[in-house]
Amino acid sequence: MAKVVVVTSGKGGVGKTTSTAALGAALAQTGQNVVVVDFDVGLRNLDLVMGAERRVVYDLINVVQGDAKLAQALIRDKRLDNLSILPASQTRDKDALTEDGVARVMGELREKFDWVICDSPAGIERGATLAMRHADLAVVVTNPEVSSVRDSDRIIGLLDSKTEKAEKGERMDKHLLLTRYDAGRAQRGEMLNVEDVLEILSIPLLGIIPESEEVLRASNMGSPVTLSNVNCAPSRAYMDAARRLMGETLPVTIPPERRGLFSKFFARRAA
Amino acid sequence: MKVLSLFRRQSSAPVARERLQVLLAHERAVIGGRSDLVSVLREEILAVIAKHVSVDREKIRVKMDRDGSVATLEVDIEIRAPSSELALSA
Repeated sequence: MAKVVVVTSGKGGVGKTTSTAALGAALAQTGQNVVVVDFDVGLRNLDLVMGAERRVVYDLINVVQGDAKLAQALIRDKRLDNLSILPASQTRDKDALTEDGVARVMGELREKFDWVICDSPAGIERGATLAMRHADLAVVVTNPEVSSVRDSDRIIGLLDSKTEKAEKGERMDKHLLLTRYDAGRAQRGEMLNVEDVLEILSIPLLGIIPESEEVLRASNMGSPVTLSNVNCAPSRAYMDAARRLMGETLPVTIPPERRGLFSKFFARRAA
Repeated sequence: MKVLSLFRRQSSAPVARERLQVLLAHERAVIGGRSDLVSVLREEILAVIAKHVSVDREKIRVKMDRDGSVATLEVDIEIRAPSSELALSA
């Protein structure tokens, strides 16, 4: 039975696309058959973050409108053959996505894959509500910062009202993915800590992704971070989050960044 | 210790947390389709009171507030003077 996951946040720039790529790859690395779908029509970027930007021929809109078959638009990842990407269109706008068309494509994807991970556009407009519409589960990406937490609260409200599950009176499964977390700053009271965000949003925690240089390095190289450096702190956090999505119960830890003795010494002093 | 704290800036995270809690309590009520909650309460409470005593519509204040984990509903109604009427209704 396929699971459809929407990665959403309301606010832009918090790490939806990065997290979609990393979670998708992490699930595929455990042997699951995964597709990542870019719903950000007009501003596609998942292809770029995944390093597939030069292989896009057809896109989601072409499939939704019946101009291409799903198999023609799916791009298989070069590193993992059980990971595919369905890119968004760069030239069209979100109005080209019809509700029926999206429903049909999601149905086809459910038959082909174990996991369908939908990368939502920012905002609360039609693009975002279409991306969440067919989800079984939502990953709410949040930074420990006031505007991001506020927007996540708003998105949680939409997940509970504008999705197919909500309309059927079922409960939408929502999980918090806290990204760009700096444990040191949170401990010093300079940043909202995990408990603050959890108390305010009151949804269960899927994982904490530490702020790390490795994330930018990975997107520079066109690779999900879990594939470019499997042992770095954010990769370990994403791998754990993926295992939690598969139903494993793991204690949530904040993987420390491995640092040299020198910087460690100074970090201690600064704290 | 006091000298040290002079050099240390006050933590900003608790301020962020407090601001968010106050703001979201308000937004959840408003955006959750209940933007008219206070005015509905005002009208219905007024109707109940008006059955028994004469009240001045202008002299009613309904206020919702949130302090920490406790939300309060404050209703302030001024009742018109004639004490005989008050005695009757009681």
